[in-house]
Amino acid sequence: MIENVLNFPILTVLILLPALGAITLAFIPGRSKEALRSTALGFTIVNFCLSLVPLLYFDTSTYKMQFVELAEWIPGIGVSYFLGIDGISLTLVLLTTFLSIVAVLCSWTAVEERVKEYMIHLLILETGMLGVFASLDLILFFLFWEIGLIPMYFLIGVWGGARKLYANIKFFLYTLFGSVFMLVGILALYYSHGNITGEYTFNLLKLYEAVYPYNLQWWIFAAFFLGFAIKVPVFPFHTWLPDAHVEAPTAGSVILAGVLLKMGTYGFLRFNLPLLAEATVVFTPYIIALAVIGIIYGSFLALAQSDIKKLVAYSSVSHLGAVMAGIFALNQQGIDGGVLQMINHGISTGALFLIIGMIYERRHTRQISDFGGLAKVMPVYATFVMVIVFSSIGLPGTNGFVGEILILLGLFKASPVAAILAATGVILGAAYMLWMYQRVVFGKVKHPENEALKDLNAREVIILVPIIALILWIGVYPKHFLSLTNATTTHLVEAVEMNRAKGELADLAERHETLVLEHEEAPGHMTEHTTPAEGGHR
Amino acid sequence: MTPFDLAAGWPILSILTFLPALGAIFILFISKEETELIRWTGLGVSVVVFLLSLYLPITFDASNPGFQWVEKGVWIKTFGINYYMGVDGISLLLVLLTTFITVICMLASWRDVTKKLKAYAALFLFTETFSLGIFMAQDLFLFYVFWEAVLIPMVFIIGIWGGARRLYSSIKFFIFTFVGSLFMLLGFLVVYYYHGKATGVYTFDSTILMLTPLAPAIQFWVFIAFFLGFAVKVPMFPLHTWLPDAHTDAPTAGSIVLAAVLLKLGTYGFVRFSLPLLPNASMQLAPLMIGISIFAILYGALVTIAQKDIKKLIAYSSVSHMGFVMLGIFVFNAEGLKGSLMQMINHGISTGALFLLVGMIYERTHTRTIGDYTGLFKEMPVFGVCFLVVALSSMGMPSTNGFIGELFVLIGAFKAHWIYAVLVAVGVLLGAVYLLWLFQRVFLGDYSYAGKGKLHDLGLRETVTALSLVGLIFWIGLYPKPFLNVMDASLNKLAAQVEENYRKAEAAANAESVTAMLKETSAMPAEGSERE
Repeated sequence: MIENVLNFPILTVLILLPALGAITLAFIPGRSKEALRSTALGFTIVNFCLSLVPLLYFDTSTYKMQFVELAEWIPGIGVSYFLGIDGISLTLVLLTTFLSIVAVLCSWTAVEERVKEYMIHLLILETGMLGVFASLDLILFFLFWEIGLIPMYFLIGVWGGARKLYANIKFFLYTLFGSVFMLVGILALYYSHGNITGEYTFNLLKLYEAVYPYNLQWWIFAAFFLGFAIKVPVFPFHTWLPDAHVEAPTAGSVILAGVLLKMGTYGFLRFNLPLLAEATVVFTPYIIALAVIGIIYGSFLALAQSDIKKLVAYSSVSHLGAVMAGIFALNQQGIDGGVLQMINHGISTGALFLIIGMIYERRHTRQISDFGGLAKVMPVYATFVMVIVFSSIGLPGTNGFVGEILILLGLFKASPVAAILAATGVILGAAYMLWMYQRVVFGKVKHPENEALKDLNAREVIILVPIIALILWIGVYPKHFLSLTNATTTHLVEAVEMNRAKGELADLAERHETLVLEHEEAPGHMTEHTTPAEGGHR
Repeated sequence: MTPFDLAAGWPILSILTFLPALGAIFILFISKEETELIRWTGLGVSVVVFLLSLYLPITFDASNPGFQWVEKGVWIKTFGINYYMGVDGISLLLVLLTTFITVICMLASWRDVTKKLKAYAALFLFTETFSLGIFMAQDLFLFYVFWEAVLIPMVFIIGIWGGARRLYSSIKFFIFTFVGSLFMLLGFLVVYYYHGKATGVYTFDSTILMLTPLAPAIQFWVFIAFFLGFAVKVPMFPLHTWLPDAHTDAPTAGSIVLAAVLLKLGTYGFVRFSLPLLPNASMQLAPLMIGISIFAILYGALVTIAQKDIKKLIAYSSVSHMGFVMLGIFVFNAEGLKGSLMQMINHGISTGALFLLVGMIYERTHTRTIGDYTGLFKEMPVFGVCFLVVALSSMGMPSTNGFIGELFVLIGAFKAHWIYAVLVAVGVLLGAVYLLWLFQRVFLGDYSYAGKGKLHDLGLRETVTALSLVGLIFWIGLYPKPFLNVMDASLNKLAAQVEENYRKAEAAANAESVTAMLKETSAMPAEGSERE
């Protein structure tokens, strides 16, 4: 079972390298800001390059976990240090290492205060995120899941905007609340697996092998749902997100939207679907309903915003609703679309926060009404924004289109009504994005402060160009990306179907057994009564 | 021949126990003007004792579930009282915690205490002697002697060097624990007496007493008596009210030793004596104990949230945390028990560290009101980082020690009943609420401090003290294996012993009732025939 083609713990290195970077930064004096920035950038770039190694050696023909590492961690209760990635986690690992570079770059001039601590938090955050995507032991997963919270808490709480303390405690309590229930769910799973097979373990691959009774599945699903849905966030658990985004510094928003939200949808894909297939099928209609409400409701809220950052934050609620709808369509297209859209949303929404950060640095306002006519003073900026906005609304030729069309296709198969409603959401998405673009970029320069705005500098262009390239690459030739995840998603769909069938069979068998027992008992009594010995006694 | 072989025949446990007391007596002979010498002697003795105590884990045989480095001598022959010292996997970590925390205490009071320094240092060393004695004594009488003795230095530490209401707090502390221990002594005597009556051997030797369990009916009352002694010390709700007062008024080092070591005496007593001596009563009363523990976890956490004084906040958080420990003991499975032992060590480290850090800031500002501070992180980053790590450890964040303990307790609780696990998880959540909220109010935001003058970040001595605890937090959090391995064999033996004694007592009670019934039935026909 243990396969690692590289014979080298590449995942451990990937996860620990940013932490090592954080430790290195701790020894650089806080005054030399340039050195701090460059070191952090160096570590994120090296880590990104390292993350290309698994991509090169990745075997796209199998759904099995690759680059696996397994070692004992806490003896006695079956907790192990168990890492491995499949197609879904590989793409998310790449997204994380890529966006980490972006996060460091976009804070280059935006953050002048406490640069050292800031960069340390960014790097620890990277470690946490990579750990989440590579963990195959539930306790290890939980560990990284929680580790990611701490630096985020600081990024918002120290470098955030005016209402940072409020937004911070809200963000933290929401996610912690969810994760506590997730922990209880994990324990329930652990305990049930131990009861069924006799082996108590948190090893995910072993947990996959058992079929859990439906009643239990229902409760575990509910517990996991709370943990993951808050992170996604699924309507109605989304209220922490706009606050957190508005108050977070740019890099915080990029990471939050780009990667952290994906941890929730990833959780659904990794745990709920394959482990709790029977409950998944039961929960599906409700989750699709919530997802569609999220799509439409998020769009309407975005339409009403006057703060660009809040607008993008609400658009995330809408987009993540689409991802959830795709995943819970429970068919190949839907899940493929969901996974691709996770990446797309990471790229385009990360990019949106990035360009908002760039203009905020210049004007220190994010009110849509404070802008207008930017195309005249900042033509390069306006062009970049256009491509990113197109990607976000899913215009053909950009990445967003591929993801959305797959999701809609999958969703249509599962539920035409939901697909039609979701499609309305897409239209609304075009409305709020284009309207925002129009008010900010087109028209006359209304405010004299905007006349002297400088266009993008070289560093900013360098950050944006690869993002634009990715947007177009996925948009025009998505095959590269889809083929990475194809084997995994195919297997996932099959696994859900099979486990559901297995579960139903087991339930049927149980019912059958009780029936047989009842049946056997009844004639059994009769024969007993008619035995000669019995009769003789009487 | 290694030095360890050379030391093999030495009474290492007695040396460890009484060396601090010798150091204390030595300090009493130093002139009181020589303050530096007193400090250095106190620190020196505690460091030597700590280093010596490292001999134990090095030579410890993890596969041996029994007592090691045993010393046994007759003390009062007529009453069957022995000087019987031994350490097994259950007490080893607690012994190390005690010797380690004493060093921390000495460092913590370096500048803090100037009044009557001689007596202060001596009392801490006496506390160490008696605490070590409690963890090593395997004779009930010897245990009781140490148990009562440890009260005296603590009462003086609070009463002399404490805060505003120190007299009230020290007397309350004394009365609570003293009354509790009297009941405990009564319980010991009952065990002694009934064991003697049943077997003809009158002894306080706990290993012998454990071979013949009492009748279940008697166990019940003895359990209540033990409970009053141990639960006050833990402290378990509703016997906890002395704790916030004692903590608030104790000097920093007093709070550290109180939280880290003295509270563990109670839970240790439950594990060491209540479970194997009184297995039937323990199991019978387990639902009640679990109920009280869970209530304490939640109630303690809620009360903690409402506190305005940082030290009081931490004191109440102890009530909540010790609830975890008690819960782990009484869910009656291997995970729970292991988690409970682990959590004793963890709580000692984390809460000790929290009190240490609060002491550091109190030394600078002489206020502990949360509202007097904001944005301390900007002025004291090192202090802030240390406080954060310790707070995270206390709330059980994964990768710190607190998580390992809580995970084991949670698993144990889940195995007993899922609803326990859910309630405990809510307790974990509340823990995060009060600690993070505390951190947020004190450390984040714009810097302001109600008093005068500039605050200095931690100095070298303070940083080293704090970092040693931070190091332990991550060590246990990331690589708990060595700690878990130590307790494994002894806990398994304990579990087996509890079960065996439970059966024995049950069987004896059954046999008794059968003989009684037989007597009745044999008497009945006789009566009947008489009538005929």
